[in-house]
Amino acid sequence: MSDYLIMNPLNFPILTTTIFIPLAGAILLLLMRSDKIVKGIAFTTGIINFLISLLLLVYFDSSTHLFQFGEFARWIPTYNINYILGIDGITIFLILLTTILAPMCVLCSWTAIESRVKEFMFCILVMESAMVGVFCALDLILFYIFWEAMLIPMYLLIAVWGGPNKDYASVKFFIYTLFGSVFLLVAIIGIYLATGSFNIPNAMFRDYSFNFQFWVFLAFAIAFAIKVPMFPFHTWLPAAHTEAPTAGSVFLASVLLKMGTYGFLRFCLPITPKASVFFAPLMLVLSVIAIIYGGFVCLSQTDMKKLIAYSSVAHMGFATLGIFSLTLFGFQGALLQMLNHGVTTGALFLCVGIVYERTHSREIYDNAGLGKIMPIYVGFFGLFSISSFAFPGTNNFVGELYILIGTFANHKAAGFFAVIGAILAAAYMLKLLKQIIWGREDKRSIKDMNVREIAYLIPLAVFVLWMGLFPAPFVHTFERTITHLTSRLQVYFP
Amino acid sequence: MTVESALPLVPIIIVIITTILIFLSGKRPNLREFWSVAGSILTFISVAIMVPMIFNNQKIVYTLSTIAPGISLNFRVDALSLIFGIVSSFLWIFATFYNIGYMRSLDEHAQTRYYTCFAVAILGAQGVSYSGSLFSLYLFYEIITIFTYPLVAHHQDEEGYAGAKKYIVYLMGTSKGLLLPATVLTYVFTGTLDFADNITSGIFTKGTDGVWITVTYGLFIFGFAKAAIMPLHNWLPSAMVAPTPVSALLHAVAVVKAGVFCISRVMLSVFGLELLQALNLGLCTAYLVSFTILVASIIALTKDDLKARLAYSTVSQLSYIVLGVALLDPTGVLGGIIHIVNHGFSKITLFFCAGAIYVATRKKKISDMAGIGYAMPFTMGAFAIASLSMIGVPPVAGFVSKWYLLNGAMSIHNLPIVLVLMASTLLNAGYFAPITIKAFFQGRKEKWTAADIKEAPVTMVVPIVLAALISVVLGIFPQFFSQLIGRLMP
Repeated sequence: MSDYLIMNPLNFPILTTTIFIPLAGAILLLLMRSDKIVKGIAFTTGIINFLISLLLLVYFDSSTHLFQFGEFARWIPTYNINYILGIDGITIFLILLTTILAPMCVLCSWTAIESRVKEFMFCILVMESAMVGVFCALDLILFYIFWEAMLIPMYLLIAVWGGPNKDYASVKFFIYTLFGSVFLLVAIIGIYLATGSFNIPNAMFRDYSFNFQFWVFLAFAIAFAIKVPMFPFHTWLPAAHTEAPTAGSVFLASVLLKMGTYGFLRFCLPITPKASVFFAPLMLVLSVIAIIYGGFVCLSQTDMKKLIAYSSVAHMGFATLGIFSLTLFGFQGALLQMLNHGVTTGALFLCVGIVYERTHSREIYDNAGLGKIMPIYVGFFGLFSISSFAFPGTNNFVGELYILIGTFANHKAAGFFAVIGAILAAAYMLKLLKQIIWGREDKRSIKDMNVREIAYLIPLAVFVLWMGLFPAPFVHTFERTITHLTSRLQVYFP
Repeated sequence: MTVESALPLVPIIIVIITTILIFLSGKRPNLREFWSVAGSILTFISVAIMVPMIFNNQKIVYTLSTIAPGISLNFRVDALSLIFGIVSSFLWIFATFYNIGYMRSLDEHAQTRYYTCFAVAILGAQGVSYSGSLFSLYLFYEIITIFTYPLVAHHQDEEGYAGAKKYIVYLMGTSKGLLLPATVLTYVFTGTLDFADNITSGIFTKGTDGVWITVTYGLFIFGFAKAAIMPLHNWLPSAMVAPTPVSALLHAVAVVKAGVFCISRVMLSVFGLELLQALNLGLCTAYLVSFTILVASIIALTKDDLKARLAYSTVSQLSYIVLGVALLDPTGVLGGIIHIVNHGFSKITLFFCAGAIYVATRKKKISDMAGIGYAMPFTMGAFAIASLSMIGVPPVAGFVSKWYLLNGAMSIHNLPIVLVLMASTLLNAGYFAPITIKAFFQGRKEKWTAADIKEAPVTMVVPIVLAALISVVLGIFPQFFSQLIGRLMP
């Protein structure tokens, strides 16, 4: 077992704990009656889980590319299905991102969610379990179970606590994702038939025929492209984002979309390298279209949430651009972009949630002219929006720079097109920012942010600047994993 | 000799602290303005401390953080850095006093925001000066862009928003659309964004495709749209909707000088004189900016609005700086860079005068200013001195620049450039001299005394007169800066 997995050095199964603490908390919630206690338990669970997951970072060995904190247990021996967990440089920050956002999602729903609080918090915690599980699973069946497990609570979050158009949005989300899952399952079975096992590391870098790789890549790519979402599979996203409650949007944007790019990095590249190289030009074109198209659509939005949702399409386009530039810089940039997008877009959705609670509108005009009324809010919103268009000194700039370096090194034309998207991003975010700060002159009685709201935005703001100015520790942590991946892929590159 | 030291961070940190203090003292204007004054003086002192080291042929470097192999947030002080650093920090002191007079006389709104953004813009200028790599340069360059936007849109009326929109579209569009790919391409070709140690060799390795180097170079030249090289100059006249001190410091010194400084820095420390010579890019640039010099001057002739005329004069004068560097000749480079200083002091005087006239009389048009010299002798006297500098009349500062520029053009035996310099001198005289003549020799004194018009507040007049006097001093004693720039030469 140990050729790809370093067993867990701690004296308790840390990955299993991180996956199942939220689930345990969720079950505990069900026994409670008072909403206050429910919120308290949900928040405490989230914080405890975050603190435990921090241990991962403390004990993470960045000098190896192998999977770490490994756990192994036989599950269904007949089909060679096992309970294997392990993380590497690609997943460690995604897990931390998930565990830190979960308590923030509880906090941002503190007063926003008034009905069925218990069920809401239950969904949030179950989501957290499933999301962490997806990133830890090293067995395809286990992965698939966690993957599907995310779907139902997310559907409920939109369908029960969503906005006026929630039925349409939730059903569309469900159908798209389920459609993708079917292809994912096909790919998983294909790999099982070829290797006789569901073991993910075991399936990597084998000498499959091109034909096999071609079809498996396609099946994976459809599933992941819907999740990212890549153009032209993106249409579920604006609806889902717009209608979901704030916590749902945050999870969707920050973590669920990352599942797609994570899938490309974890499955498509190592399992079907030849097909990845073959399809790379197509994927680059789709990424560039997403970047430019997303930008143009954003320019014409009047709904804050929709604008941020479409900006996600563009940002994730940068991530897939980095991946399919098939360069070391591109991979690293994509990973940075995934983290950065998670933080920045998550924060922007939190910001929209904050004004929505006060004005009960997502229209830009209704929330315009807050410069004098909510100065603290405008400060945070300003920081996150300049970060969103990759202002130098903020996190997104570092990611974008890496991606552009990777892209320009191999595909100059794609690079120049991506730059158009960067201009558009600046245009629509600055336009939005100007409206929010100066858009209206009239005085309204809206209160500025309270301590609870400031508390959950501060960590994100710190991250934006930290990552923008001192990204070295982050890059260092996943560098070994990515350089190993690149060196293994090198033989397939043209 | 290279010295590793955090000294270049000191002025930057002082400005950051000043900014925070200004922001927090919004409710107490006197305290707020005290922070501005104290911060600007301390910043200048912390810059001045570095001067002796540079005179001893030392370079100060400091790396704050590594972004990727070959890309870091680092700082480097050499003679070129110091020129811009000294000018922007020194003039900040003047501008602060002037600001106080101007903003209080006109009882402007949102003064805390104004002073805060003003300080951040200086932070950007200081950061640009001491950048040691294209990464740092881009960071501070963009900080200037975004924080000057609220200053341009300060009046928050339709005109203000329109001007500010044009401003941000030009500057952000070019920095994202041209500068960003140029930076990335540079890294792709060279594997580093750090500046070269000298001004001759550059960072491009031998064997890089000349076509791509030329493309990258072009992206840089137009990407730094703050330098207002035509056709990307239009934002500058539009930005004149800002309060006059903003036009004075930012659109005569910090912002536009950041643009030409960046171009000079990239030409000298990224491409290097040898490469530019080999690809014949120097001469191409020289002709490109010659066009700007002449056309902007011709447009200036047609403007009756004083600030608009000054704006086009700025467009034209900025190109002198680029022209000097593009001559790729030590004398030419010296002439270009010393013009950063000379133009800075003279142009800020002119804008200060325009602001003082507005505060005292609410007049903007040159045609309304006949005889104003009777009412405002100090202001208009300073204006006369500064415009002589712009024209290049000895012994005022501008003469020194023109002398070196002409020398540079002659030493590379380029007649067209010599003719451009001569023609532009005539044009400069053509649009500056009539203002002074109108102020002192036309119109009647009674018209102004009857309206009870006097000089602007003393906190405005003193900086004006001092800045004009410094223009003269720089013309008579140019050694300090010329010797400093000499340290740059191989």
